[in-house]
Amino acid sequence: METVMLDTGISERGDMQKSRVKVGIKKLDLFYSDFQALKDVNMDIEEKKVTALIGPSGCGKSTFLRCINRMNDLIPGCKVTGDILIDGTDIYKENIDVAYLRKEVGMVFQKPNPFELSVFDNIAYGPRTHGLRDKKKLEIIVERSLRHAALWDEVKDRLNKTAMGLSGGQQQRLCIARVLAVEPSIVLMDEPTSALDPISTGKIEDLIAALKNDYTIIIVTHNMQQAARVSDYTAFFLLGDMIEMGPTTRVFQLPGDKRTEDYITGRFG
Amino acid sequence: MTANDRWSSKEMILQYRARQKRRQAIAYAFMYLAAAFAVATMLAIIGFIFTKGISEISWEFLTSDVHDAGREGGILPIIINTLYLVGLGLLFAAPLSVLAAIYMTEYSKQGILIKIIRYFTSNLAGIPSIIFGLFGFMFFAKILGWSWSLLSGSATIAIVILPTLIRTSEEAILTVPAGYKEGSLALGATKWQTMVKVVIPTASPGIINGIILGMGRIVGETAALVFTLGSGTDIASSLMSSARSLSLHLFILANEGISTSKAYATATVLIVIVLILNLIAGWFGKRINRYKDAR
Repeated sequence: METVMLDTGISERGDMQKSRVKVGIKKLDLFYSDFQALKDVNMDIEEKKVTALIGPSGCGKSTFLRCINRMNDLIPGCKVTGDILIDGTDIYKENIDVAYLRKEVGMVFQKPNPFELSVFDNIAYGPRTHGLRDKKKLEIIVERSLRHAALWDEVKDRLNKTAMGLSGGQQQRLCIARVLAVEPSIVLMDEPTSALDPISTGKIEDLIAALKNDYTIIIVTHNMQQAARVSDYTAFFLLGDMIEMGPTTRVFQLPGDKRTEDYITGRFG
Repeated sequence: MTANDRWSSKEMILQYRARQKRRQAIAYAFMYLAAAFAVATMLAIIGFIFTKGISEISWEFLTSDVHDAGREGGILPIIINTLYLVGLGLLFAAPLSVLAAIYMTEYSKQGILIKIIRYFTSNLAGIPSIIFGLFGFMFFAKILGWSWSLLSGSATIAIVILPTLIRTSEEAILTVPAGYKEGSLALGATKWQTMVKVVIPTASPGIINGIILGMGRIVGETAALVFTLGSGTDIASSLMSSARSLSLHLFILANEGISTSKAYATATVLIVIVLILNLIAGWFGKRINRYKDAR
């Protein structure tokens, strides 16, 4: 049996005293019409940590991720019950402003999706959307976001050229910078490197490590090495159930459930 | 398996290949013929009109007024009125069709109602334009009392091109990748902000392409205008002026036997305008494909 050994610096208890729960999920069920895609999921996600969601295709991990910024609202026939609390506020309450929620909870998608605009306008899109017009401030935000996403040096001379000309990896970092520009506190990443080559993947993983100082990151990944490399906590999903969750080193070295062990060791999935 | 069990022999395969090559050559020959015929027909028509019309065309023809119902003089007012008609028709039809397309693709529930609307818009596009002309005459000219005027004509022509414009706008919007929309919504933009700032700009080459095709349709339309636009030969001074478009002028010149040579000259100008519009449309079409490659 081969498991991935990585010291993430987190012992089973150690750092946990300092941490606080950023996202609390309680009794979450999700239905696509008659099909139940998530079954009674309970989870606490800690602030300024990276939480990885793993599991085979169709297990509900992406669906779960999309509950946290309510992107599932766009899917006809999708119904969510239970609570998701962000900083103690239930985001499925009636008077929640979904646009504001999505400003607070940014999302990076599987396929890089820059707009057919210049690099600058891509980054400025979010702030402008939320009412910022001041050119000076926008310039500051664009530079800061691009630096934060480790892309500034590569694009600083082509801010006014189309973002479609960037490489796949650059486009994905641009999309991360675009998210950072609206100053979220949580960043959701839905298999952010699955369309990228290994070098670009490495850069995004370094970026994730750097970003967790300021952001709570939840990442869906098919790549277990990636989960082991970048995350502090790992949750394993199977057929709509959250099987187990714990510190990544513990989940990978000492899985508490036979099904987790089978998946991690590559016996299925 | 021994050699004797093999189903294939080199000789047999080569024979079969030779037969397939002959078939391919024959198929190619027919395709070339068909293509050549199509091109030849078009060139013959254009060539015929041009040779008959080109001698009449002069700077003076293009820049002077219509005299004696078209027997003498030029077609300047007709060209200008055609431009008015195109401008007004698009002014009515373009915003309406883009809004309708946005509604149909993004806001309405994709149910039976939308299917019915789609069915009618695609069928409306196939209805002979004389029907629209008759409707325009009854409704705009008579009931609303706009008489034969630029206003009646452009309102009627707007209805003629509306189904096509809705269709092309809809298709252009549907080709915008879902990821763009999601990306915008995930940043906290509203649906309308997403539409105005991301979806429509991305779809704009396709929408503009549809508008250019609509322009071509307006320039070429006659039947819908016979009963609505009138037959005035002066530059329209107001929305209520009776006017002629190029194709209508051509129709009247030929139909009433006023001047065959002027009719050919007008036809030449008309063809040139339509060809230019199609070239522009083709250029925009290429731009859409370029975006598709980028995805």
